[in-house]
Amino acid sequence: MTRTPTRRARPKTTLRPQPAVGVSVPKRDGEEKVTGRALYVDDLKFPGMLHGRTVRSMVARGIIRRVEFDPAFDWNGVVIADHKDIPGLNCVAHLTEDQPLLAVREIEHADQAILLVAHADPERAQAALGAVRVEVESIDAVLSIEDSLAARVKIRGADNVLKEYNIARGDLAAGFADADVVVEGVYRCGHQEQLYLENNGMIAERTAEGGIVVRGSMQCPYFVHHALQRTFGLPPERIRVIQTVTGGGFGGKEDYPSLLAGHAALLAWKSGRPVKIVYDRLEDIAATTKRHPAVVRVRTGHRRDGTLVATDVDAVMDGGAYVTMSPVVLSRGALHAGGAYRCPNVRIRARAMATNTPPNGAFRGFGVPQTVYAMESHMDRVAAELGLDPLVLRRRNAVVVGDVTPTGQVLHESVSAVEVLDRTAERAGWAEKRRRYGRENAAAERAERAGRFAPGGRRLRRGIGLALGWHGAGFTGGGEVRLNSLAALDLSPEGRPRVLAANVEIGQGAITVFTQMVAERLGVSPDLVLVETPDTDRVPNSGPTVASRTTMVVGGLLEQCARAMRERLELFAERALDGDADFRRVARRFLAERGPLRVERRYQKPAHIVWNEETYQGDAYPCFSYGAVAVEVEADLDTGEVRVLRVTTAQDIGRAIHPLLCIGQIEGGTLQGLGWALLEEVRWKDGRIWNHQLTNYIIPTAVDAPPLDVLIVENPYSGGPFGAKGVGELPMDVPAGAVVAAVAHATGARMDEIPITPERLLRALDGREERR
Amino acid sequence: MRAALSTLEVARPRDLAHALKLLHASLDAGRLVPLAGGTDLFVTLNSGLVPGRRFLDLWSLRELRGVRDQAGRLVLGALTTFSEIREHALVRRRYPALAAAAAEIGAWQVQNRGTLGGNIANASPAGDSLPVLLALEAVVHARSVRGTREVPFTALFRGYRDLALEPDELITAVSLPDPDAPPPLRAGAARRGAHPPRAQQFFRQVGTRRAQSISKVALAGLLRLGRDGRVDLARVALGSVAPVTLRAGRAERVLLGARPSAAVAAAARAALLEDIAPIDDIRSDREYRRRVSGNLLEQFLRVADPRFARR
Repeated sequence: MTRTPTRRARPKTTLRPQPAVGVSVPKRDGEEKVTGRALYVDDLKFPGMLHGRTVRSMVARGIIRRVEFDPAFDWNGVVIADHKDIPGLNCVAHLTEDQPLLAVREIEHADQAILLVAHADPERAQAALGAVRVEVESIDAVLSIEDSLAARVKIRGADNVLKEYNIARGDLAAGFADADVVVEGVYRCGHQEQLYLENNGMIAERTAEGGIVVRGSMQCPYFVHHALQRTFGLPPERIRVIQTVTGGGFGGKEDYPSLLAGHAALLAWKSGRPVKIVYDRLEDIAATTKRHPAVVRVRTGHRRDGTLVATDVDAVMDGGAYVTMSPVVLSRGALHAGGAYRCPNVRIRARAMATNTPPNGAFRGFGVPQTVYAMESHMDRVAAELGLDPLVLRRRNAVVVGDVTPTGQVLHESVSAVEVLDRTAERAGWAEKRRRYGRENAAAERAERAGRFAPGGRRLRRGIGLALGWHGAGFTGGGEVRLNSLAALDLSPEGRPRVLAANVEIGQGAITVFTQMVAERLGVSPDLVLVETPDTDRVPNSGPTVASRTTMVVGGLLEQCARAMRERLELFAERALDGDADFRRVARRFLAERGPLRVERRYQKPAHIVWNEETYQGDAYPCFSYGAVAVEVEADLDTGEVRVLRVTTAQDIGRAIHPLLCIGQIEGGTLQGLGWALLEEVRWKDGRIWNHQLTNYIIPTAVDAPPLDVLIVENPYSGGPFGAKGVGELPMDVPAGAVVAAVAHATGARMDEIPITPERLLRALDGREERR
Repeated sequence: MRAALSTLEVARPRDLAHALKLLHASLDAGRLVPLAGGTDLFVTLNSGLVPGRRFLDLWSLRELRGVRDQAGRLVLGALTTFSEIREHALVRRRYPALAAAAAEIGAWQVQNRGTLGGNIANASPAGDSLPVLLALEAVVHARSVRGTREVPFTALFRGYRDLALEPDELITAVSLPDPDAPPPLRAGAARRGAHPPRAQQFFRQVGTRRAQSISKVALAGLLRLGRDGRVDLARVALGSVAPVTLRAGRAERVLLGARPSAAVAAAARAALLEDIAPIDDIRSDREYRRRVSGNLLEQFLRVADPRFARR
């Protein structure tokens, strides 16, 4: 018998391998990334390859009057493509097809793509960009949510509304009539850039058979596949999309790659040569999608003891110039807008407005951070007005098993809102710190009045704040049914199990987790399991890598595949399989005697999940993950700077398949949430992004990252593989509300807009001092 | 990288004399742009703003390196990096404000490449070392084919990114007087003690985050109290609040001769607002800069004279 050498010698054993699930095995892609061997799209070169560049609009809204090509420029070897070169539909197919791939006549947002140039020498391509002059006649643009709502300038229908949802439960008027106290607030949040380390990039080729192959950095190969079919009018089998090693996504590579792939493919189609387009950071920040800004009005009615009896939320998001992902971002935001709280009378209205800014898109949390931030800021205000401890107020209202959400969904299992609150509060020393910081701040204030200052002459105040959040795992409502995901497991020629799925590794650990779940069911070690590159010619459409669905939904399909494969092989062997060596022995014998083995599983909606898209009632998600965050801050009264001292968080994710990766997700999402709450502000000038560089778009550095104390809570969900729920987005949803509360505790300033920049905080503090 | 790198030329001089000759000769046909650590230059090249096509690489010029203590003056070669400054024992002891500024510039990688001469030549109003050099009354040593020249820091900035240097002059070094050296004896005045009180140094840079941030406001100060409790030396320099790094002369005059108190601080703050001319820009706004400049001045006074706020 021949032995295929494996990378590492494994001791021969007849013992069952150690459990694979729940163990932090080495990350599958870790070594090649750490050693620099991983090839990202910008590392790839093809013979005859051209480099593409994009001519963009400088104005936010206008009419293209003339395009001039500088006659003094040497145009030899430059390929130019515009909308007239598009063989199929001039659109980027998302949910709707309203976004043109290249502008025809109307400009709807700054940095909109107008035409494309390419040259074999990237410097010549860059120079050609400067030799194209586009004359655009500027028209009145709508640049903010307020302007769009006012509808003085109409850019979409009669009211500029891209999409609206209304969710209602109970009797709102009766609820407010029943309340002892009614509290109202308006909460604002701005754009946020995903800021993946690797910018967006694609390489496209036109094949000899008249098809297209696209390689690049992406989260959703089949989204790109679909969009290219529409743009080029080609049948699915003529288009092939391959994911290259991807340096982060955070949603920023969910919808945008469809547009970029279309651009690269159009240049390749026209020139017949491979074309690479890789954005630099300046272009990536200026032109690609951002988190939707939002203005959220929250009005709640409470009994004296804090019990919530009425919730009225009006959330308005800025969708940007085209529909793109806004309806689904808005929907998710609306569905979570009531917070993880029990309330009998609820009204949630949500609108996405059109503005003449680049379309906002997917970003970790997908609408939830905006509405949860608003609700959590609001709950802290309510606690202050009622004179209640914010923890007590939340515990009194947090959902428990059997409670009903605003869409009428009964929460049957795996509901941990109270547990994550309690564990966070206990670990953070909530009650003690709340008292201590309050005492110390009062003492500092007295000392400063008496002329005694802390060392260094600083005037510092500290505070602690709390927030609770929830996040539905998987696509909303009937989304998973529409996706109709298919995942497969087959045997490689060497007799190793191989995962076939379109879900991608973007740093989060998806492929490692896949190997663990498959290995656990096959009784082998994760090292034995291969993962096929996401390539639409090789893997089935298991849906996009988004929505905290990869582990729970696709992992679930793979877990079923693995069970079925084991059954088939054990039937064939007429005995139980016993570890890696035995598995391969049996698998190779199967391949020799029976031929290839491939097991597929398609998503089946659990029968008890019922969703009505028309009434927006029913089971919005199969289950929710829950997280609580306590943030401790130190505010400098002289500069308005806020430093985060410590974050404590407990998050219930069902089951941690890979605890270390889960902690990584929670730490990373939390830090991104802190950045959104305190530092990250997209600044605009004449409708264009002004600070499109890392020197001025401020994200937290390692020095700004506080100690993060993460507690994983495992309250299993019966429908998830090994009990797993989603973990990817929840950590981003919760911190902002806790930051607002901590700043209020430290300084007394209740900030109704994030990011809480030093400028905003100092203005608020000065306002208070003047009123004194 | 948006700049076309293949079109750029870099001249590598053998020594300082060669560099000066090359620089002088280049004036007729497009001036060579001096290149030291490159930390500012590369940012502009990356964004396609090309400051020139031809560069003069100074990095290997040994004459521009080294830190020497010369008769109570510290002489720092123009190529002294911020890492060297940050870690230099004498700098830390005698010029703590400069060590503090060096430690706040960019990140460690930038501090390893970025040079004192480069920070001065770049002449950004947000340059972090500049307020400290101004407060310490540093002297810039410049050299050209015609010879050497000394330019006091107080006369260095003529306007926005405009230095009082000739186009063929290179900064070779910066020298710093000892702020605690005893003042020259006036005729008839008897020195009362061997060690006069030390001047308190202060530096604070305010950016949004704790590292890798460009200043919104930076304040460097030097304050000495005489034996009578009155200020006998006051220097306040600010960055990012005007087209140039500047000395707050009006505020200094309020402080000089005064016993720091809340009333004096208020008067100094008011004077300071006359000294500075901040704007709204990509990093911050005018109001914030005015407010924080005053707050930093007050913080400086609290640190320099612990009794001030109780008066």
